[in-house]
Amino acid sequence: MNPRHIGADFRIVARSYFRNPLALFFSLIFPIILIGLFGLIFSSTASGTVSLEVLNEDHNSALSIQFLSALNETHIVQAVVVEDPSVTPANFATWLGQNDHPVGLVVPDGFAANFSRNQAVNMTVYTNPQDAASSGEAVFAVSGVANGFNLRAANGTALIQVPPAKTVGSQILTYIDFLIPGLIGFSILTSPMFSMVDIASSYRKEGIFRQLSLTPLTRAEWLTSRIAWYVLLTFVSAGIMIATGVYLFGAHVGVTLGMVPFLVVGPFLFVSLGMLAGSVTKTPESAALIGNIITFPMMFLSGTFFPVSQFPTGLQAFAHVLPLYYVIDGMNQVMLFSNTSLALSDLAVIFVSAVVVFALAIRFFQWRDE
Amino acid sequence: MPTAIEVRSLVKRYGTLAAIGGVDFSVPAGTVFAFLGPNGAGKTTTTEILEGLRRRTSGDVRVLGLDPWTEGRTLHRRIGVIPQDFRFFEKITPKEAVEYYRTLFHTDVDPGRLLAQVELLDKMHARFDTLSGGQKQKLGLALALTNNPEICFLDEPTTGLDPHARRAIWAVIRNLKREGRTVFLTTHYLEEAELLADQVAIIHHGRIIAAGTPGEIIRIHGIPPRISVEGPEELAGYLRAHLTASVFSERGRVEVELADRRDALKILSAIEESGIPWQAFETRQDTLENVFVRLVGQMDDGALKSEAPG
Repeated sequence: MNPRHIGADFRIVARSYFRNPLALFFSLIFPIILIGLFGLIFSSTASGTVSLEVLNEDHNSALSIQFLSALNETHIVQAVVVEDPSVTPANFATWLGQNDHPVGLVVPDGFAANFSRNQAVNMTVYTNPQDAASSGEAVFAVSGVANGFNLRAANGTALIQVPPAKTVGSQILTYIDFLIPGLIGFSILTSPMFSMVDIASSYRKEGIFRQLSLTPLTRAEWLTSRIAWYVLLTFVSAGIMIATGVYLFGAHVGVTLGMVPFLVVGPFLFVSLGMLAGSVTKTPESAALIGNIITFPMMFLSGTFFPVSQFPTGLQAFAHVLPLYYVIDGMNQVMLFSNTSLALSDLAVIFVSAVVVFALAIRFFQWRDE
Repeated sequence: MPTAIEVRSLVKRYGTLAAIGGVDFSVPAGTVFAFLGPNGAGKTTTTEILEGLRRRTSGDVRVLGLDPWTEGRTLHRRIGVIPQDFRFFEKITPKEAVEYYRTLFHTDVDPGRLLAQVELLDKMHARFDTLSGGQKQKLGLALALTNNPEICFLDEPTTGLDPHARRAIWAVIRNLKREGRTVFLTTHYLEEAELLADQVAIIHHGRIIAAGTPGEIIRIHGIPPRISVEGPEELAGYLRAHLTASVFSERGRVEVELADRRDALKILSAIEESGIPWQAFETRQDTLENVFVRLVGQMDDGALKSEAPG
């Protein structure tokens, strides 16, 4: 490995890139689009408390008011009492739908009276299946508060106390916080994979590899210069994504030095993997196909958009064989949870895979024919 | 004169297909060697084997005393190669390309001087994708010269170029020879080989069918020169009666084969003595092109063989 050779090739790559306005535009604008798009889509569900429309048929009895303030104390929902006299339990569901309220609650007439006589009462929660997150949270909050009231009615003492929930890590996490490491991982995967697969087959077809094979440049030097370029690109696009997330959506991710190894080893792995995929195939078409087969499952199943812990068990096991999972998990550990030891074990997995894939890519990528 | 390239019983097979079926030749250092053949004859395969870009099936190949396949990295520092249809990074300028090669080869060549040598100085800041075909080939030539090579391999360097660009490349090749370098050239332009080459080999279907200087090939494989005049069929009849040499008559021209140049005067006086009016005297010499077409045609097609004159 001659650093001067790598430097000379790096200058060629950088110049080619800067002189291709479309490529430059996409690599700088695409991260903003990604963060902006997903931030906008998910920021509604990520905004802390869910507004719960309450139809109080119990004539604002003291107990019903206690129940509603207990609901508000959960910080999961915010009870909003419906003042419109035309709304009745019979047309409540329609009214909720017409006014775009995802969730509602009916406190029935005789709630306080029945409760004091130890008679069962129904607290009906209305949910909108299209907004699963708000619905789940509303049902969860109402049944939690109802349990507390039930205990009181039975004069029971709650043996298991759940104090107010503490957020994992040091900050309060919203969906956008989780999305930023995921999307950085997404671009670490996709941008080198797609272009290396293409370069591997088109440079071979155009004879540029043959041309380079006639110079003292080695394949390892060539691949290293590409990796260096994608490391640089990753730093720039990660910076853009974090800035967009923080300034546009109020994300609070930790920008620490601990990210640096992931932003280096990640591109190291996926530039090599793209080159390997492009080298084991004979034609550009089959190279693109192999590239897609590798890239697409990883793109969605590595915890890019949703935490892997929310997956069904089988898919979780599958996610754990995808190298991108370790990149994203590692960055989550570093940026969200400040958990260095888990991050280090993730880093070890990526680094070992990167070294193996790099060696295989050099082995399979021939720049002259037999 | 030391030998730059030595090839003995070279064979290249792709599966059962023999692309090169046992080829022998050698190129003395400091000469221009032209490798001729129709498309698909095995020119490029042979060239790539010599350049270390392709592995041979069997036979012995030495370029500057090195085995091109196993000692390619050492060899590549001493040779320059322009592959057929040279391509480079699209957004890079000739000046940057030369600087790139200069760093890779650890030389201190001046990009301006090198690009002037191949007449590309005015385009030194133009991006590769804006260059014409001839300008691209010239850049290929410049890059091949960055490491001051002892042998230059040029695979069809002028294919598809306009006559002006072609002449510019020829000038560079002549200059390479003047500088004492060995030039290995493949072409299917016979004129190019005749003008530039010291030695020519014609390859067809993976075998060399003729080799030597252009003059030798014409002498051995060509038809003898003829004395040709414009004149009627009647003149041909007269000459057949009075001369032992073969006489041909076609489209108002009468031609007499000149087996020995000392017969020239005898033939001319016979024409004059006939008293039949004649004019436009000339001698007709076979060209490398005619020889090539005839040799390749004979091997390909029996019909062509029987049509060939003489």
